Amino acid sequence: MPDAAIAHDANPTGFAHQFEDLEQQRDAGRLGMWVFLATEILFFGGLFAAYTVYRSLHPVAFDIGSHLLNWKFGATNTAVLICSSLSMALAIRSAQTGKKKGTIIFWLVLTMILGALFLFLKFRFEWYQDFLDHTIPGFGFANQAGWGANAPQVQMFMCFYFFMTGLHALHMIVGIGVLAVLTGMAARGKFTSQYFAPLEISGLYWHFVDIIWIFLFPLLYLAGGRYPH
Amino acid sequence: MSTTATIDQAPGASSEPQVNYLNARYGIKSWLLTLDHKRIGLLYLGTITVMFLVGGIAATMMRLNLIEPQGALVEPETYNKLFSTHGIVMVFFFLVPSIPATLGNFLIPLMIGARDVAFPKLNLLSWYVFVTGCCLMLYVVATGGVDTGWTFYTPYSSLSSHTDVFLAAMAVFIGGFSSILTGMNFVVTIHKMRAPGLTWFRLPLFIWAMYATSLIFVLATPVIAVTMFLLMLERLLHVGIFDPALGGDPLLFQHMFWFYSHPAVYIMILPSMGVISELITAFSRKRIFGYSFIAFSSLAIAVISFLVWGHHMFVAGESVYAGLVFSVLSFLVAIPSAVKVFNWTATLYKGSISYEAPMLYALGFIGLFTIGGLTGLFLAALATDVHLNGTYFVVAHFHYIMVGGAVMALMGGLHFWWPKITGRLYPDLWARFAALVIFIGFNLTFFPQFVLGYLGMPRRYAMYPAEFQALNVLSSAGASVLAVGYIIPLIYLGWSLRHGQIAGPNPWGAKGLEWTTQSPPLTENFLKTPIVTEDAYDYETAPEPEVVRA
Repeated sequence: MPDAAIAHDANPTGFAHQFEDLEQQRDAGRLGMWVFLATEILFFGGLFAAYTVYRSLHPVAFDIGSHLLNWKFGATNTAVLICSSLSMALAIRSAQTGKKKGTIIFWLVLTMILGALFLFLKFRFEWYQDFLDHTIPGFGFANQAGWGANAPQVQMFMCFYFFMTGLHALHMIVGIGVLAVLTGMAARGKFTSQYFAPLEISGLYWHFVDIIWIFLFPLLYLAGGRYPH
Repeated sequence: MSTTATIDQAPGASSEPQVNYLNARYGIKSWLLTLDHKRIGLLYLGTITVMFLVGGIAATMMRLNLIEPQGALVEPETYNKLFSTHGIVMVFFFLVPSIPATLGNFLIPLMIGARDVAFPKLNLLSWYVFVTGCCLMLYVVATGGVDTGWTFYTPYSSLSSHTDVFLAAMAVFIGGFSSILTGMNFVVTIHKMRAPGLTWFRLPLFIWAMYATSLIFVLATPVIAVTMFLLMLERLLHVGIFDPALGGDPLLFQHMFWFYSHPAVYIMILPSMGVISELITAFSRKRIFGYSFIAFSSLAIAVISFLVWGHHMFVAGESVYAGLVFSVLSFLVAIPSAVKVFNWTATLYKGSISYEAPMLYALGFIGLFTIGGLTGLFLAALATDVHLNGTYFVVAHFHYIMVGGAVMALMGGLHFWWPKITGRLYPDLWARFAALVIFIGFNLTFFPQFVLGYLGMPRRYAMYPAEFQALNVLSSAGASVLAVGYIIPLIYLGWSLRHGQIAGPNPWGAKGLEWTTQSPPLTENFLKTPIVTEDAYDYETAPEPEVVRA
């Protein structure tokens, strides 16, 4: 590349002018995503810390709250997300090994479908049921008999449940949007065994969102153990 | 060495028009859609200047009100809104982005020999996010303001306040994301975009400081974002997170708030330290003393900054043992800070010092930062903090760091790199005069506040007992001097844009890659990617200053 007088618009191979070569660009993109994920960890970390403080202060209430959740859906969704991580990894792999663009698109679309399935299960069967049961704070939340003095903290547990899974769902929606863009790029034949950085760094993001769920599931659904009350 | 007050025509400087980043394209669109880090830096500079004026007006009205013990100007409710506006605007919308987003944006690629930051589009996005936050905050101010103080403490902010806390918290929440984007960009840029030969230990110390700052941006800002998010939800949905009536814990809010807001202090001061390292060497014409100590002390400050937040809560109900640990850790910050001050002072020793305006700011910084830092030790000590907590002593202490430190360094840096940014020199005599006015005005404003605080005057009150009047009048008088000191540079720097003398590529004879390219630089910064073969601050090989010194 000549050093000076490079136009600001990107050229067709996805190479941006500020870099010396494609490898530097890929390194920068990858590091950028890791730094972003560090930010995300601290973002969720604030919620995890607050949750931990309150759970240790109010173990009984959080136990009751946890039993308001349906662990079967949580477990199913965990499996769905782990499968989506696998298909994401296979999408990257098929680009790296120079597979046909149809293969890349197949894995990307499968990842999107699994992500959408997760959201469908979450919203249709969990949140909607919570709404019917009046367990959504701020939306007709109603105390139930048997909570007694724990009622305020049960509501607080549900607050954390909706904040954390809501934020996670938002990340899933963004992720599905990113996957849609990647699918478009794949359809235009952008990805080769030389150029697959967007797939790679989006994959990092997708796996990260999965890992957040891996922590959310036991903390929220399995708090206090699943013995009958 | 003394200097003349006038500047002769710089040799080698030409008045012929040349293509640079300012005249490469014209029109509003070329600015609002620019991906050039230099232009984005200037966009930020304009934005923070506006926010500084807003915060400054609020401060002026506070000082006017405090001329009389009963309050000379406003109702107490209005006063509450004034100090809240001043705090929120100055901290979140001026100080945090001040040096990183302006000088940092402009200089980092130039200093490391890169064409731009790693992610130019994210860089522009960060400015738009920031402007959105600013507009929201200005809307809140225009429609009545908030009265929570900049700390948004619960349960007052979530239950009692009748002002628009929700939108103000939203403004801070949004503004935070611009910090995160900037921090990400800088970390990656410094890691991956350095010119060939520019190893970590050849980097200018400004870069080390910006790197440490960026780490705090990336790791601390998300926590304030999530805290503001929880506060907003609590206020919007009336659910209990921090509300004690619903089983919440207001102390948790304070923990989460200060987990960001103490490191944020170092977001404000670390870049300033980086600027000062550059100025001290350039105007002592000497290699900096203890390069690696200064570099690592920046990182040490960044790391320790995450471990000291509890010293804001000594009397708020945290346990004595937690207080003890936080007190000891807070004292530790003094070590890397002192390392810097001693190294700067040692750099001056036997240097050929000249007193151009940037150097005046740098020397002022060292003195004021030392006072601000040492008074911080009073507050880190458990016993004295019980007496001083919540008084004007605290106000004076952090203004010595944030105004005496961060703003002085911003002004110094702006004057130092102004010829690079604009290609023009400013009138040196006026600049030195303004530096002096700011120094005097600042001390007159804030030194009496140490005494007031020691005598027990609490902060955030619209009224005070009559015996405190003399010191308060002194402080208000100082504030008006300070205001004049800030207005003068606005005038002559504006004047210099059109009428200033053409600056050569390196008017100060300074070292560093940014001085090897033309002023103002090309859009691509360098004609050829520079190859670095020497350490930073090798002033034995530095060119003579083009600014003539007697």
